[in-house]
Amino acid sequence: MRPLQFSLPLAGLILAIGLGLPMNAAHARTAIVLGIQQEPTSLDPTADATASIDGMLTQNVYESLTTVDESGAVLPQLATEWTVSDDGLTYVFKLAQGVKFHDGSDFDAEDVVFTFTRAMAEGSTNPTKSIFAPIESVTAIDPHTVEIKLKRKDAFLLFNFAQGDSSIVASESAETNSSSPVGTGPFRFASWTRGDRLVLEKNPEHREAAEVALEKVEFRFIADAAAATAALMAEELDAFSGFPAPELLPQFQADPRFDVTIGSTEGEVILAFNNSKAPLNDLRVRQGVSYAINRDEIIDGAMYGVAVPIGSFYPPHGPAYVDLTGQYATDTDKAKALFAEAGFSGPLTLRVPQFSYATRSAEIIQAQLADAGIEVKVENVEWGFWMEEVYKNLNYDMTIIAHTGANDMGNFARGPKYFYGYDDAAFNDLWKRISEEADPAARNALLQEGQHYLTDNAVHGFLFQMPQINIQKKGWDGIWESRAVLFQPLKDVSFK
Amino acid sequence: MGYFLLRRTLGFVLTLLTVSVVVFAVMNILPGDPALTILGLDASEEALAALRDQLGLNQPLVSRYFSWVWNALQGDFGRSHSFRVPVAELISERIPMTLSLAVAGMVMTLLVALPAGILAASQHRKPADWGVMLLSQLGIAVPAFWLSILLVIVFAVQLRWLPPGHFPGWSDPVAAIRALILPTVALGLVQSSVLARVTRSSALEVMRLDFVRTARASGLSRRRVLWRHVLPNALVPIVTIVGMQFAALVTGTIVIENVFSLPGLGRLIFQSISNRDLPTVQALVMLFAAIVVTANFIVDLLYVLIDPRLKSRA
Repeated sequence: MRPLQFSLPLAGLILAIGLGLPMNAAHARTAIVLGIQQEPTSLDPTADATASIDGMLTQNVYESLTTVDESGAVLPQLATEWTVSDDGLTYVFKLAQGVKFHDGSDFDAEDVVFTFTRAMAEGSTNPTKSIFAPIESVTAIDPHTVEIKLKRKDAFLLFNFAQGDSSIVASESAETNSSSPVGTGPFRFASWTRGDRLVLEKNPEHREAAEVALEKVEFRFIADAAAATAALMAEELDAFSGFPAPELLPQFQADPRFDVTIGSTEGEVILAFNNSKAPLNDLRVRQGVSYAINRDEIIDGAMYGVAVPIGSFYPPHGPAYVDLTGQYATDTDKAKALFAEAGFSGPLTLRVPQFSYATRSAEIIQAQLADAGIEVKVENVEWGFWMEEVYKNLNYDMTIIAHTGANDMGNFARGPKYFYGYDDAAFNDLWKRISEEADPAARNALLQEGQHYLTDNAVHGFLFQMPQINIQKKGWDGIWESRAVLFQPLKDVSFK
Repeated sequence: MGYFLLRRTLGFVLTLLTVSVVVFAVMNILPGDPALTILGLDASEEALAALRDQLGLNQPLVSRYFSWVWNALQGDFGRSHSFRVPVAELISERIPMTLSLAVAGMVMTLLVALPAGILAASQHRKPADWGVMLLSQLGIAVPAFWLSILLVIVFAVQLRWLPPGHFPGWSDPVAAIRALILPTVALGLVQSSVLARVTRSSALEVMRLDFVRTARASGLSRRRVLWRHVLPNALVPIVTIVGMQFAALVTGTIVIENVFSLPGLGRLIFQSISNRDLPTVQALVMLFAAIVVTANFIVDLLYVLIDPRLKSRA
């Protein structure tokens, strides 16, 4: 009996396939393969909030009236210029001429009217309808001019018009965009293998096609951080934006094949308090928790040191930022005194979604509050559960979540049904003034007032700003280090 | 035989019905709102209501269930809430991936386990036997996801022999086979180990029987006796295990597909549960259940082929 005889051919076959064939050919330098963690379920950013849809398609396949640069400053896009009336209520946009959708149809003012009417309609399922809430009417003045009248002033209107939710779509293709997107952008949709990859190709008809270096863009969906690491290390990917695992960074930083950048995002990570019910409706308890936590320990433990601490609800890279991280400098004795004064002895529940930044932070916060004499029950919950129980039903004491939207201080003015359970007429009034203030300097001053107000009232525990971790093979240029928005224009990406 | 088939078919239908009720109930009891998952945290109440209406989530639970059953009977498994395409389309896109993987895992299991088990039995209490027992013990103990990561680090990252994940599709068969090797090993190792042990003990039991001694005494070679007389008689427990193993391989793809980023049914079910995409989860669980039940059914048929004595009883 020599059973080796039976397995030898198999082993030979495996070896032949494994060894005998060439490695993957190097990608041509006009083609890029990008890893992306979140898999999209649809390709229509005007009907689905999945961030990766914007990450891949916004300002690449779809275009909007405006766009933004890496710092978040508004730039013209399909609207080449615009005027705003003195009362701030009438916007007139001049549209780019000679622009075609990828299906060959012409882009004109009617498409803008269609897009906005669709998003504002009663049965609209636009994920950010609030963008369109201030709009009174959208009218085509001539084929290349659109007038938008507002009910109330909105300082963020032009920024919001750059987002995927405001992508300009054509009436002919709007319904099928979810599986075969048609826009006016510098890249055309080529193919989508659900669960695996999405491929874009250069749009030679685009008005700036001459400046676009990439001929082909392939996104690969890799949810697991270890799998993403392997794909990068095996050089299957050229870059991974928004790499999810800071603990795996040292091996990339030590590897001469890669460039690693750590930028900022709009994502404030907060220890959210349920302000609507005891015990966290008591300012002293909220302040006690704020004194008990130690941000540096949390950042070291949960983010491996790769994050900037925040003391309020505003990103540190923003123009209106004030550093309030010293306001509740860790002081366990003060925390204990505040808890005693409030007659609070615990326990608290901390329901966290299963994102590594949240679950790791939760364990550290649990230990820190234990030092202050408060028992914290940590419950790791699945995302669907979190959305329903924490977000919708406010069934929680504390949770940890990253708020990734830009200009989202208005969350605190969303009323008692929003999951903060926070309802404060003074802040609502302040936010109204912020959102209507057209002068940037005056608006920044108000935003600073807002930051102080939220910290003084310890509405939440403010932890850190979510970093933007990018890993790319050396030679690639044009991938944004920081993200002020969810999208990444690929028009300027090239290989040096 | 006719009665046997009837009983089996009835069991099949009842199993699937039970599964459908359980999945429907569990997915509805589980907190989570498909509309909220799709439209995200900035969605207005109005938009959520409009989407719930579009998805038919405003209908009463019981009527939703019965209309699902009615449509399913006609071969219509509904539209995915999150992908907005027919569920049948989603599943047919992904079946080749999962079946390729499960079949490759099965082939590997048989090719490794049968020779290893027979070898161990024929070399009972000798080094080859100890070797097989030791390795199979190890194979059972190693978790599949850990093994996957290890295989990727060694063969994809360090040696660069094989891709670390992703499936290029069967249009390029060589690339497809290369992509399947690591996932197949990770998936098949546990099952190979289990089957090698079962084959060994089953063969040992048969080897103790008188007819084996008679065969040897009448001058047949050891090898001929092993493959022509021992193995066929040891097959009943082996086939039972193999049937269960195929089902385990199909469901085992859930973990493997996630680790290797393979676009199969396992990834889809994982994602659909988080998205509360009821029609997709429902159809997938039914499909997995149907595969398990069918595998068992085929095992029962095989018994009859292997052991003619069962024919009269069936």
